[in-house]
Amino acid sequence: MSNLFLRLLEAKPFLLADGATGTNLFSMGLTTGDAPELWNTDYPERIATHYRSFIEAGSDIILTNTFGANRRRLMLHHAETRVQELNRAAVQILKAEIARSGRTIAVGGSMGPTGDILEPNGPLSRAEAADVFEEQARALAAAGVDVLWLETLSAREEVEAAVEGAGRVGLPVVNTLSIDTNGRTMMGLTAADIIALQPQMHPHPVACGTNCGVGASEVVAAVLNFFNASDPGQPPVIVAKANCGIPEYVDGKVVYNGTPELMARYARLAMDAGARIIGGCCGTTPGHVHAMRKAMDSHTPGARPTLEQIQQQLGTVSKGAMAQLAGDLSVAGGSASGQTERRSSRRRRG
Amino acid sequence: MADDDFEDELILSELSDAELVEQMHDDLYDGLRDEIIEGTHILLERGWAADKVLAEALVEGMRIVGIDFRDGILFVPEVLLAANAMKGGMEILRPLLAETGAKPVGKMVIGTVKGDIHDIGKNLVCMMMEGAGFEVIDLGINNAVEDYLGALEEHKPDILGMSALLTTTMPYMKVVIDALVEKGMREDYIVLVGGAPLNEEFGKAVGADAYCRDAATAARTGASLLAERRAA
Repeated sequence: MSNLFLRLLEAKPFLLADGATGTNLFSMGLTTGDAPELWNTDYPERIATHYRSFIEAGSDIILTNTFGANRRRLMLHHAETRVQELNRAAVQILKAEIARSGRTIAVGGSMGPTGDILEPNGPLSRAEAADVFEEQARALAAAGVDVLWLETLSAREEVEAAVEGAGRVGLPVVNTLSIDTNGRTMMGLTAADIIALQPQMHPHPVACGTNCGVGASEVVAAVLNFFNASDPGQPPVIVAKANCGIPEYVDGKVVYNGTPELMARYARLAMDAGARIIGGCCGTTPGHVHAMRKAMDSHTPGARPTLEQIQQQLGTVSKGAMAQLAGDLSVAGGSASGQTERRSSRRRRG
Repeated sequence: MADDDFEDELILSELSDAELVEQMHDDLYDGLRDEIIEGTHILLERGWAADKVLAEALVEGMRIVGIDFRDGILFVPEVLLAANAMKGGMEILRPLLAETGAKPVGKMVIGTVKGDIHDIGKNLVCMMMEGAGFEVIDLGINNAVEDYLGALEEHKPDILGMSALLTTTMPYMKVVIDALVEKGMREDYIVLVGGAPLNEEFGKAVGADAYCRDAATAARTGASLLAERRAA
């Protein structure tokens, strides 16, 4: 097996991913509204510093600064013609830093959503979307990433288009969705829906999971829900990349309130819940990742955590995720008020 | 919502006014655009004024959709379908509303901030503001400070609305408001903010007049703040 990412997955029971990209670049001077990807060529030394900070923190997988480096997103910054250049630069800087460190670290080519809503709910066709993802995936692959890392997705159609497009390149594909709305993605997908979707896609993604969202507790609950929906004989490789607590707005800046201790507890609980690849998302600094490294290295995975343990150690879990943990996958089970049911129409009452 | 679950024989024109309005709430909920268009026509044929159709059938229906969206029972795809259905009705009513010569309640310029992605929430706000009688100038997505300032200059609205979906872009609202303050223009407008990662504290911290948690709240807040301002 020559692919480094697959080799690492085979060799190690747990892999530590990295932390945030966007929020860490803000602390290096990126201004709100600007595209982080432009820094790959404007300030390559800052991007190198950013990568180095996660190498030193102990990450086994580091994602490239290419989350929004697809044609559709770059269009917002009049840079839609720079897909090749910006993705290549991001990968080259990361590979150089890894080579310099002498460590074995897999390079994940980060690929975020297009920002467009897909048919039938929106204007972007699935074929177009797949081409947008393919273009970025080819640029990342040509520059030498080990795995194509689709993240922060929310719609079934977009996951399908992304896996189809990225899958044309021949590298392993990972997909993670943001479960940020009462235990579902904003498009209404549950953890169980995400598991059910995986074998229907071609190529089959090597791992799936959740990133971003609303705090570490919700991510660990989602990991449990992923396994509740899986065949125990064929456990999926699950990715958990939680935000570092909850965002707060302090003195003109968005600050995530999670401590390194919280992220260490989260890493241990995510291991217990069965996640194989664990990292952080928004707000997770190299300091947090270092604490997670120490926690994971010294932890022997135990029993699956209970809802009570998750809430005690990490914070509240949404009503929707709770209902799913208790086996209720209905939409009504996810209602925030805990009371209302989806209205039924007289047209459907017959 | 499979088609075969639907009753075959539901004839909108045979319903009483009250039943039809209730059915239109259901049909908005289910995103049935053709049925909403039909229902709108029927009410108009029965002599309903356009503003009454708008308020009682369409806006009220969307208010119910909004409540269940907030409650985590409806998700973005369903809300988009409902909004599309409402648009179908609005397109019929808009020219009629204009004909009556009734002046708009007020004017709003609205847009999603620079760098942010899509604008589902903002589009719903546009629809509810229009439903509440406002003239709405929609700047779309990805607006820089200059875009907002240019539009304020050009359209002289009562209200500026800004929307953000991402934690990485929400601080940009403060950039815009700070620019208004700097130019001495802040007091000329009511500034409303909204979007997924925001809350009331954020609205206060950036210097907005109000944070609006959903589209219906935005319409209500906009109308009441404007009335207060005019009374003062």
